[in-house]
Amino acid sequence: MSDIVLETRNLKRRFGAFLATNDVSLKVERGARHALIGPNGAGKTTLINLLTGVLPPSEGQVFLEGEDITSLASFRRVKRGLTRTFQINQLFNDFTPLETVALAIAEREGVGHNLWKSIAGYGKVVDEAAELLSRFGLASVMGERTVILPYGKQRLLEIALAFASKPRVLLLDEPAAGVPEDERHEVLSIVSDLPADVTVLLIEHDMDLVFSFANRISVLVAGALFTEGTVAEISADPRVKAVYLGENA
Amino acid sequence: MTAVQQETTQGSNVTANLSTASAASRAARLMKRRSRIRFFEIVVWVAAIAAYFVLPSKMLILTEIAILALFAVSLDLVLGFAGIVSLGHAAFFGLGAYVAGLVALYYVAEPVVGLIVAGIAAGILGLLTSFLILRGSDLTRLMTTLGIGLMMAEVANQMAWLTGGADGLSGFSPGAILGLFEFDLFGKVGYLYCLAVLFIGTMIMRRIAFSPFGLSLKAIKGNAMRAGMIAVPARKRIVIVYTIAAVFAGMAGALLTQTTAFVSPDVLAFHRSADVLLVLVIGGTGYLYGGLFGAILFTLVKDWLSVITPQYWMFYIGLLLVILVLIGRDRLARWVEYLPERFSKKEDGPQKESRP
Repeated sequence: MSDIVLETRNLKRRFGAFLATNDVSLKVERGARHALIGPNGAGKTTLINLLTGVLPPSEGQVFLEGEDITSLASFRRVKRGLTRTFQINQLFNDFTPLETVALAIAEREGVGHNLWKSIAGYGKVVDEAAELLSRFGLASVMGERTVILPYGKQRLLEIALAFASKPRVLLLDEPAAGVPEDERHEVLSIVSDLPADVTVLLIEHDMDLVFSFANRISVLVAGALFTEGTVAEISADPRVKAVYLGENA
Repeated sequence: MTAVQQETTQGSNVTANLSTASAASRAARLMKRRSRIRFFEIVVWVAAIAAYFVLPSKMLILTEIAILALFAVSLDLVLGFAGIVSLGHAAFFGLGAYVAGLVALYYVAEPVVGLIVAGIAAGILGLLTSFLILRGSDLTRLMTTLGIGLMMAEVANQMAWLTGGADGLSGFSPGAILGLFEFDLFGKVGYLYCLAVLFIGTMIMRRIAFSPFGLSLKAIKGNAMRAGMIAVPARKRIVIVYTIAAVFAGMAGALLTQTTAFVSPDVLAFHRSADVLLVLVIGGTGYLYGGLFGAILFTLVKDWLSVITPQYWMFYIGLLLVILVLIGRDRLARWVEYLPERFSKKEDGPQKESRP
């Protein structure tokens, strides 16, 4: 039997009369490198928002490791190992990258509620933050305000921040968007280097990246799951070509 | 792999390790720098003590400033850190003022006891009302806090048997502080007492500001959605910080009672909540000392205007507010950024570091 880490059952989300997510039942296996593709407006980001608790679903359920997490707040899902990056950077503008990452690590370690000890006193947290920032090439700007960093650096911080929570399931919403072409594979290779039991669900438009990274692909069209399969199956599927690849070809 | 290649790989590994180590030490240094005492802070406290010697005839206004400053610093903790706007912060100030008066009237005249009891009472009110501000936007929070403030004022007015109603609460006189220091006619001891409480309160809140907790508050303010996505439990944190702020606001109210030996219903008036917000607009939010600078400027300007135009000074306060807002809140909130940088440059020259 396959080991399903993340699952949705009949998930629906309406915005007024518009059905952004239409009866999606998705299963993601442990350790999968699962890609979610689909044309613009197919509801990929909405689905990620439903999975992470940014939006409540109109109907249906979300399961993490077999547990119903549909009504859990985002922070509780993160504590259970589910986190994400955002398509459009969601960072703390007035923080430095060091403060940003250190806070995420402190929260992961359960010391975020301490209001008496200076964060500088948590040597392990600070060391880990420095190590993580170095890995993402952000060591040289760790003391700058985030808002003044070049976009590419902010993008890397966006991803580093999700790593700081040490997720067991990581949802990446177009991580390479805005990253210069020659650095894209580098970003994805850091993601590929994650331990094998970490599950990754990736939304991406760059088909090269998807085909080189993913071992399973789900295609979303007009809010509904259109088809699903291995890279070979999807890339050979003429219907997928028609709805999606056709546009780019 | 050839020997040369191997050499290069090893070499780059060594550099990588070295740079990670140096990154770690730099990170530790930057983190320590965040919370170091800045030059302007020392200047502020030295000036506050110097004022005691240099301006012996100005004790009353200095006391007023110290009390307003503590009140404002407590509001900065919720507004400047957690980003919670409030138009009802006087509810805690007023409750603290009444409780301190009642303690002095019925139980103990010693002020520190009254101060602590007032802080606890205000903290309980803060805890209870914090759940009302968890939901909604800035506008709903303004209205909720405004409503709580108005209700508290009316409750105090109606409970005349306890609070003295419109006449206020009097008939008590604070005893010697810790049984050692008697209040004097010129308000010298009163000023030092308020200054001491302000100093301790500010230092406690400063510690909170540089803790992981304080950082998480700023994360909630900066981007609540992302804060949730790094596991910050926003609601819990807001409840805690709102309660802590209420404690210090209540203590500020207690100081007013104890230095004036009178509680006027005015302690719960709407204008007090509005004034303290104005103080933060003037002084800037998010670094605690804005409350101090704002309190000094606000009190002096108010004092000066009410002397030259006793009937119309409110007009000029209003005008000042409009001008301040037109100049821009952001620019205002940051004016002091230029101070610490210019006055206390240390190590790491080119690396500019952001304010807490």
